[in-house]
Amino acid sequence: MGNGTSIGRVRGLGPAKEGTHHWWHQRLTAGANLVLMIWFVVSVALLPAYDFETVRHWMGQTQVAVPLILLVASTFYHFRLGLQVVIEDYQHDETHIVLMILLNFFTLAAGTTAIFSILKIAFSAGAAL
Amino acid sequence: MAASITHRVTGSGMATVGTLLFVWWLVALASGPAAYGLFLDVFTVKSGALNVVGYIFGIGLTLSFFQHMSSGIRHLFLDQGANFELKANKTTAQLTYVAAIVLTAAFWAFIIWGKTNG
Repeated sequence: MGNGTSIGRVRGLGPAKEGTHHWWHQRLTAGANLVLMIWFVVSVALLPAYDFETVRHWMGQTQVAVPLILLVASTFYHFRLGLQVVIEDYQHDETHIVLMILLNFFTLAAGTTAIFSILKIAFSAGAAL
Repeated sequence: MAASITHRVTGSGMATVGTLLFVWWLVALASGPAAYGLFLDVFTVKSGALNVVGYIFGIGLTLSFFQHMSSGIRHLFLDQGANFELKANKTTAQLTYVAAIVLTAAFWAFIIWGKTNG
């Protein structure tokens, strides 16, 4: 850190060596979620019906599948960060570590399953079911 | 105070219940008509209208979403250092509930009555 100013010598020297990325990513994904979720809610509301063929045909389009995958990535990362804060605020013993591991597993498993399903629908669009 | 805990409760609810239902919907849709039919049967009656379970989860999740969204927008302003005056702070907190209820009602009114073919 050299012999710079007082603030320069202590900046970044907290126990985590950094501290703003969690906060910033939560805001960044919040903005992305706002746009993507409004698109999703409006698109779903505008669907003529909710039967298998209608919804599947809708999701099979590239211009639906791509934003939907982005929505999964952004919202799932956002809730992963948000639930971390909830866990950290209310769990102070070892269960905190166990819950964080479970949260990471849950987020990755759910996210992978969601994206795989969307891709499967998009890649088989037009094919005989 | 209340707006803060509501933000956490709605966020946690969507992250758990909302995520599981969303992923189930996607998996069912990817699996085929039988799996999708099972998903629809849990939340709707034969005519396609929502049943009691459908109303509880449908309204619960949309109300949570619109509340969390309104509250989240308010938070983004607070992050800029704005809106910390007590009166405005309280008014906007209450407005998030009004916005959530109005948007949820508008969403379901459109879904139920807004379609041209009923």
